Amino acid sequence: MSADHLPEHPDFLWRNPEPKSSYDAVIVGGGGHGLATAYFLAKNHGMTNIAILEKGWLAGGNMARNTTIIRSNYLWDESAAIYEHALKLWEILPEELEYDFLFSQRGVMNLAHTLGDVRESMRRVGANRLNGVDAEWLEPDQIKELCPILNTSDNIRYPVMGATYQPRAGIAKHDHVAWAFARKCDELGVDIIQNCEVTGFIKDGNRVTGVKTTRGNINTEKVGLCAAGHSSVLAEMAGFRLPIQSHPLQALVSELHEPVHPTVVMSNHVHVYVSQAHKGELVMGAGVDSYNGYGQRGSFHVIEEQMAAAVELFPIFARAHVLRTWGGIVDTTLDASPIVGLTPVENMFVNCGWGTGGFKGTPAAGLTFAHTIATGAPHKLNKPFALERFETGALIDEHGAAAVAH
Amino acid sequence: MLLISCPNCGPRDETEFHYGGQAHIAYPENPNDLTDREWAEYLFYRENTKGTFAERWVHSTGCRQWFNMLRDTVSYDIHSIYAMGQPRPDTTGEYGQAGGAGLAPGAPTTSTAAAAPTSSEGV
Repeated sequence: MSADHLPEHPDFLWRNPEPKSSYDAVIVGGGGHGLATAYFLAKNHGMTNIAILEKGWLAGGNMARNTTIIRSNYLWDESAAIYEHALKLWEILPEELEYDFLFSQRGVMNLAHTLGDVRESMRRVGANRLNGVDAEWLEPDQIKELCPILNTSDNIRYPVMGATYQPRAGIAKHDHVAWAFARKCDELGVDIIQNCEVTGFIKDGNRVTGVKTTRGNINTEKVGLCAAGHSSVLAEMAGFRLPIQSHPLQALVSELHEPVHPTVVMSNHVHVYVSQAHKGELVMGAGVDSYNGYGQRGSFHVIEEQMAAAVELFPIFARAHVLRTWGGIVDTTLDASPIVGLTPVENMFVNCGWGTGGFKGTPAAGLTFAHTIATGAPHKLNKPFALERFETGALIDEHGAAAVAH
Repeated sequence: MLLISCPNCGPRDETEFHYGGQAHIAYPENPNDLTDREWAEYLFYRENTKGTFAERWVHSTGCRQWFNMLRDTVSYDIHSIYAMGQPRPDTTGEYGQAGGAGLAPGAPTTSTAAAAPTSSEGV
């Protein structure tokens, strides 16, 4: 096909402005969380003289690399509150942002393969219900009915003994989510500045007053860090430490298939999670690589183990082919819960530590972080997720309790 | 997959090893004297270096011995492997260039002599 026959390039959804010399607030990181934060700063707090600085291209980091799963079936009250708030926002955002990012509430199933899993899962269902999160316990025959391609027989190494099910959970088109936020941010006057890497901070004593970037210095009254895997690097530039370790996290897709998989299935025990994208690819995620890494790639044996688990659970996947694999850099904390709040540097705020589960939290991260930046104090939803919890000991230990390992 | 030269067993696949995080973290000498902040630092705060990082590994399905490693967290190149208890080798200026000479997997782990650049990612 010659170029004459190509359709017109669609309109761009946001401007590409030159950075101004000064803003009321600067958000570092143009991924989902940075975009959502800027959106809520503008919409809820009337802060429109703000900029998002992105070192690469918009939403090209973890926002482009996640497996798009959205759920809120977390064990502890603090987590259930913030993730359930996120889920409620996901339910209204397509209308609010006037952009259909195909949020499909097809349910998420978390499998139990051992007696320990079964007890833990039933406990979580109870905790979820008390917190107003929709949750059900499914016996193997109910699982088979909901997801016929799942092997629920006892002829596998870790037979499926049951599952928790959250019907309101599901998946969304991650790129479209980013575009939806970016378009609204732009409409509200937010400057989205790509190819602009932060190289340092300008401080007056212990107060941040500006940002050094590859496109010049920018004065600002407030700085919000939304840099996921690179949060430690930025914190070091600013002169404080974060209890974060960055690890590679890998995922993959198959070629396109007829619709075969009606829901989302996650297994903590054999460690794989699978859904089928709207277009037809099987999307699968693995666990993190054990070592620290900033390379956006991991080791192949992790993919291999994940595939073995997937094929055992879903025998029909044996004939599917891996189309491509990739890695992102996830920012893990030792209690597997995020850090959203103030920092030791005045007027600098941090949103990080979402680890392997940041996509689902995007709207709530944005809402609470915007509140924190605008008012200088945390929203009630992110108050428990302060950096100080590592000193006070009030950890929110979601390791293994959060339906899947982080 | 990383190809890691165990000081006792030689080059083996990463799957034979387990990761132990940042090296050279000593147990506090006077634990009772620590403030909450210092305990937090000891328990939860670790370096998260982008670049050459000193870390511990254990050859769990081999000799079951721990050792230290200097590894680049961006390229994943392994620069040096050294015994527990030994100080971090001084690598200032040695690996300044991308793909710079380091102690490659399979090279003698007791020598500090520069070896040919080799990717740490195996087959």
